[in-house]
Amino acid sequence: MPTTFLREARLKRQALFDLLFRNLTRVSAFGVLALLAAIIGSLVMGSMPAIGAFGFGFLVSSDWDPVNDQFGALIPIIGTLVTSGIALFIAIPVSFGIALFLTELAPRILRRPLGIAIELLAGIPSIIYGMWGLFVFAPLFADHFEPWINDHVGTMPMIGQYFSGPPMGIGMLTAGIILAIMVIPFIASVMRDVFDVVPTLLKESAYGLGATTWEVMWNVVLPYTKVGVAGGIMLGLGRALGETMAVTFVIGNAHELSKSLLMPGNSISSALANEFNEAVGDLYTSSLIELGLILFFITFVVLSIARYMLFKLGQREGKAS
Amino acid sequence: MNSKFKQLIIGITAATVVAFAGAGQAANITGAGATFPYPVYAKWAEAYKSKTGVEMNYQSIGSGGGIKQIQAKTVDFGATDAPMTPEEQEKNGLTQFPTVIGGVVPVVNLEGVQAGQLKLSGEVLADIFLGKITKWNDARIVADNKDVKLSDKTITVVHRADGSGTTFIFTTYLSQVSPDWKSGVGADKAVSWKTGTGGKGNEGVASYVQRIKGSIGYVEYAYALQNKMNSVQLKNRAGQFVKPDEDSFKAAAANASWDKSKGFFEILTNEPGKGSWPITGATFILVYKTQDKVATGQEVLKFFDWAFSNGSKMASELDYVPLPENIQKLIRASWKELIKDAGGKTIWK
Repeated sequence: MPTTFLREARLKRQALFDLLFRNLTRVSAFGVLALLAAIIGSLVMGSMPAIGAFGFGFLVSSDWDPVNDQFGALIPIIGTLVTSGIALFIAIPVSFGIALFLTELAPRILRRPLGIAIELLAGIPSIIYGMWGLFVFAPLFADHFEPWINDHVGTMPMIGQYFSGPPMGIGMLTAGIILAIMVIPFIASVMRDVFDVVPTLLKESAYGLGATTWEVMWNVVLPYTKVGVAGGIMLGLGRALGETMAVTFVIGNAHELSKSLLMPGNSISSALANEFNEAVGDLYTSSLIELGLILFFITFVVLSIARYMLFKLGQREGKAS
Repeated sequence: MNSKFKQLIIGITAATVVAFAGAGQAANITGAGATFPYPVYAKWAEAYKSKTGVEMNYQSIGSGGGIKQIQAKTVDFGATDAPMTPEEQEKNGLTQFPTVIGGVVPVVNLEGVQAGQLKLSGEVLADIFLGKITKWNDARIVADNKDVKLSDKTITVVHRADGSGTTFIFTTYLSQVSPDWKSGVGADKAVSWKTGTGGKGNEGVASYVQRIKGSIGYVEYAYALQNKMNSVQLKNRAGQFVKPDEDSFKAAAANASWDKSKGFFEILTNEPGKGSWPITGATFILVYKTQDKVATGQEVLKFFDWAFSNGSKMASELDYVPLPENIQKLIRASWKELIKDAGGKTIWK
């Protein structure tokens, strides 16, 4: 009799503990959601004056005139998208090469040190990349690469107009390249990790059929890991879109719409970093907050598209491709 | 709604800053604002502390930030390079006074041109920053520089990316000398630049100019000097080409009529006088006319009184121009007249 009583008491206590624990985890999970809602809420609230004053015109106007209180987000939006685009354009193939080398080709003795080195690169604070970009990379780029780009790419029909301009070393292209260097470690280490989990059986079978390393990578490893690879790319893209300090150093911070990638531009995050502190007047501040809201929205859309793509890929799984 | 939200953010930031800075000390004073006078304020604060034991904490967050913080009453005084108009002072219940004078200097990075050799007039400078003059061998530049060898290099304009009192002084000058600038861009702490690339802070502009060949930018005199930059000579209102130095700043300041200007609202650009540097400016302190905390208010005034009496040499050493004594007298008189406690009694004796 007393033993059952004791057991019941213990059970009751455990039930209570269970309840507490369940609710604690629930509060944590919903707390994050509430925080997200609060951030969106305060961004929307803060940008109301700008939304009221400019409406949707804010998105397509290239004005940025603090003297006359005329603001538009077109230039920073383009700057953010273009620099991130350049970054991915460079980073994806390079990361793929790094991951391929590390998982398939590198001698076993090199794999660990190289892998660790790449992960260390991911841990370098972004301001270091910015400083390096401005003090080391930009002068080199201005003296040796930009004149060459001007002479050879800048004279081509069609694409020439995107690659001509005074060789300053700073601008959208430099910002894109620095961003690429920054996101490569992220994408490469994710790719390496997912390539590593491909069952040896699959690869060995392909090799057994006489496939080359390239064929194994392209036809076996990549299809098997496409979800993870896409995830790694999205991780890199997320970092590139929001990167502030490194971009601010090298993008040139000019509210100017120019076709050429060699010219200075502006990104959303660097406009915020530069101007928020000294923004005087409600409309100026509010326009900057609306820029923040737009960046939030862009990131959200990109992540949603990525999710949707992964979902679609997941549905096709197992069907003949 | 928005300004409340802004005030909240500023309040929290400032409260944190103040809480950390002021922990454990009594009778300390805090100020925030312009970055340009920060070196001299810091020097004064250090000397003042060893003399009196009173600590002055100054956060150099920029002129706009200084105005926001004093409006939010999170600091005992604000500091700004762009003077507040008498109407704005009235509206906010603030009074302002100048502390030191400095100059804004156009700097260039041009191969084959020696430091201080290039001569520019105000109109040409404005047209360069408007993007109308794009090559260094433009006829209008060459006209003033017959003895200088100028190549056909493209001019790269470097300006501030952040809002800044330096920009205010610079664009005020360009508005005075160029109608096109006045109608097309205007004068403010941040403007809509027609060309060029932006650096953050004086140091940002300085490092871009040092790195980009064929560039021209503008920085505070002290930055140009410390970074050994190639400054240009400017044509002043009297038609003379002058070099930026203490004498030419002093000459410009001497021509200002401080006694006639209401609320010390005095812009020192484009002053008359043969030796006047055309882009000169003072930096200002903002305090409340009605002091809630009399003791702190008195400490602030005591600090600047001491700095005026004893800090001129320190200011000169750091390449600022101290205020002449007659202006100091005017400032002290304004304290007596304007700064009161809640009961309307003057707090400065």
